[in-house]
Amino acid sequence: MAEFEPKVIAFVCNWCTYTGADLTGTSRIKHASNVRIIRLPCTGRIDFMLLMKAFAKGADGIIVSGCHPNDCHYTSGNFHARRRWIVYRSLLNFMGVDIRRIIFSWVSAAEGAKWAEVVNTAVNEFRALGPYDEYKNLAPIRANWRTEHAG
Amino acid sequence: MQDKIRQKARELLSSGAVKVVIGYGEGTGSRVRALFIQRPEDADRLIMDERCVQNLAVYLTKHEVRAIGKPAIVAKMPVIRSINHLAYEEQFNEGDIAVIGISDSDELVDLPDLTSVREYAAKNPLLLTAEERAELDKLETMTREERWNYWLEELSNCIKCYACRASCPMCYCPRCTVEVNQPQWISVPAHEIGNVEWHIMRAMHLAGRCVNCGECTRACPVKIPLRLLNQRIIADIAVNFGQSEDYALAAFNPNDKEDFIR
Amino acid sequence: MIDKKLLQKGSLDELVKKLKSGGTRVFAPVEKGGKVLFDEVDSAAAMARDYVQTTLSAKDVILPRCEEMMRFTTGQGTVTMEKAPDLPPPAVVLGVRPCDARSIAVVNAVYLKDYNDALYKSKIDNTTIVGISCAKCDEYCFCTSVNGSPGDTEGSDILLTEVDGGNYLAEIVTEKGKALAAMAPELFTAAGSEDKAKHLADVKVQFDLKAVEKKLPGVFDGEVWITQSLRCIGCGTCSYVCPACTCFDIQDETDGNRGVRLRCWDSCGFGQFTLHTSGHNPREVQSQRWRQRIMHKFSYQPDQLQVTGCVGCGRCSRACPVDMNILQHIKDIEAQ
Repeated sequence: MAEFEPKVIAFVCNWCTYTGADLTGTSRIKHASNVRIIRLPCTGRIDFMLLMKAFAKGADGIIVSGCHPNDCHYTSGNFHARRRWIVYRSLLNFMGVDIRRIIFSWVSAAEGAKWAEVVNTAVNEFRALGPYDEYKNLAPIRANWRTEHAG
Repeated sequence: MQDKIRQKARELLSSGAVKVVIGYGEGTGSRVRALFIQRPEDADRLIMDERCVQNLAVYLTKHEVRAIGKPAIVAKMPVIRSINHLAYEEQFNEGDIAVIGISDSDELVDLPDLTSVREYAAKNPLLLTAEERAELDKLETMTREERWNYWLEELSNCIKCYACRASCPMCYCPRCTVEVNQPQWISVPAHEIGNVEWHIMRAMHLAGRCVNCGECTRACPVKIPLRLLNQRIIADIAVNFGQSEDYALAAFNPNDKEDFIR
Repeated sequence: MIDKKLLQKGSLDELVKKLKSGGTRVFAPVEKGGKVLFDEVDSAAAMARDYVQTTLSAKDVILPRCEEMMRFTTGQGTVTMEKAPDLPPPAVVLGVRPCDARSIAVVNAVYLKDYNDALYKSKIDNTTIVGISCAKCDEYCFCTSVNGSPGDTEGSDILLTEVDGGNYLAEIVTEKGKALAAMAPELFTAAGSEDKAKHLADVKVQFDLKAVEKKLPGVFDGEVWITQSLRCIGCGTCSYVCPACTCFDIQDETDGNRGVRLRCWDSCGFGQFTLHTSGHNPREVQSQRWRQRIMHKFSYQPDQLQVTGCVGCGRCSRACPVDMNILQHIKDIEAQ
């Protein structure tokens, strides 16, 4: 059997991290191809339920990234988001959700190299953690049923 | 105390200042229940003792109760806090309600307007008791897997009756997220993922708004210790963002500290 | 003719073990964390003792809170449906109170009368109910007011009554009951002259059911519903703990091109229960929903299905967060 490759969903803001990820590409920096990027207007728009949905639908790891503090296109979206993340992460941990599988970062539009670094590190960590079946098996369409029907 | 409440209720109803007084009265067996007193002569049915713990603020946003007219509400500390949050969220305006405040030392508190409610709430900060903290710590000392199994076990009993939501003064949305189906954010059935998603979502939507009245836990027919989730958040908010009666997640500080963002 | 046998104190455990070894799943009331719930057990020792009523009824076994109806896969303009996975082996539900056993008649009337619900039928056909008479009751119990009794055999395939010395008088009521007893004939010995009535709780009749049924249509437009329901917070607890509530909702859950159709409990207490797509809601306020609950159980169902939709278990009153006491409310209506 081939080595496990984690499915990773990245929720990023339009103005900094998405543009930064674009720069990663135009700078021809290679990074792990496990990441599916979902672009949202602002980290303030990255609802915690999006993260829950990602896990339920089969993500093994999640990256959440946006503008550095003070750089938000909407002035304060990332400050609000940061407060939410602090509370959310602690709540998930309290409930026994594996928070090592959610990685938060600030990546600016100029940090193409940092984005590659964040992705590579995250993917390596998720790979070491293995599939997150513990969570997705809670759904009625379970991970094993998913595989049975694959292809 | 009971006499003072009855007296106050009688005054408010006779003068026409309010149309209904929401308070506690004898229920069946040894239970107490919410009463909606509309005539001064019925004020003597109001009671106040250690059984009177339901958070009556839940009725302030109920349209059947609002339809009666201006209410006065018998309000101990958690109710006062709920009123403060509901006012902040513009669920009523100045003059829409009257408050018969009762202090923790069992004295009538004069709370003539919403500003005084806010000041009173701020003077009595929302703190977890030593026992509540100890209970949180007990779970924190478990391994992650143990905590996960603990909650899966507890939540496996959830039947999605939504008593937690219905009994909560802060859950007044006419359409809850669980009822939004385009897209379907939360699984509706009471299966494993549906229950886990529901309770994570409820705790998050109450983050910074929960007043720790414990009503969700009391209302739960299968005794899930839901308050622990809210108390975890209350503790985190106090540590990270400071003690305040304001809605912590509607605010921010550019210097908020964390240790996990890369 | 009901066959009466004696089951020795220790024989119950042997019966459970025998059933288990034959592949039958055994559900029984188990106490955990201050509540008593039906759960799969390996021995009779795991059964809760000393309780009046289980927190939830045994309904969860025959009409689960969430069950898979079918699976489907969508393709380009096609939908392929497949059967839900095969049902688990037959089950015995042990320790069902007589009121709960009587509720099966109500569920049957809804699911098997006009329309034969295959999913439900396959479950109930494969389930044997071993009831247990009540030696105790509390102020919420009123089975005798709705034609039941603490030792009623209706709905049970076998009814056990704890008699002197902790032995059980076993009344074998149905063919299913006979079949169960035949699996361990050595455990069911000849009964003596046990006086069953002496071991039953004394539940007083609190209202005249016929009079209430007759009265209800006339108070449809009355104020009583508003007065009673003002403190109702509109949760679904009463319906979900009720053994005789049968309403359900159907949810499709998908993942990519695959999906499952699930049936799950629903409650008339919810504001959205009757909400139309147009935005119109025929039951706009809680008093109308509360009226529906009472009318359905005490007027519509007796009328249309010839069963009373309430068995007097008292669970809704015990569980209600705001003390909506059904017995008190029915008595108030009767007194009107």
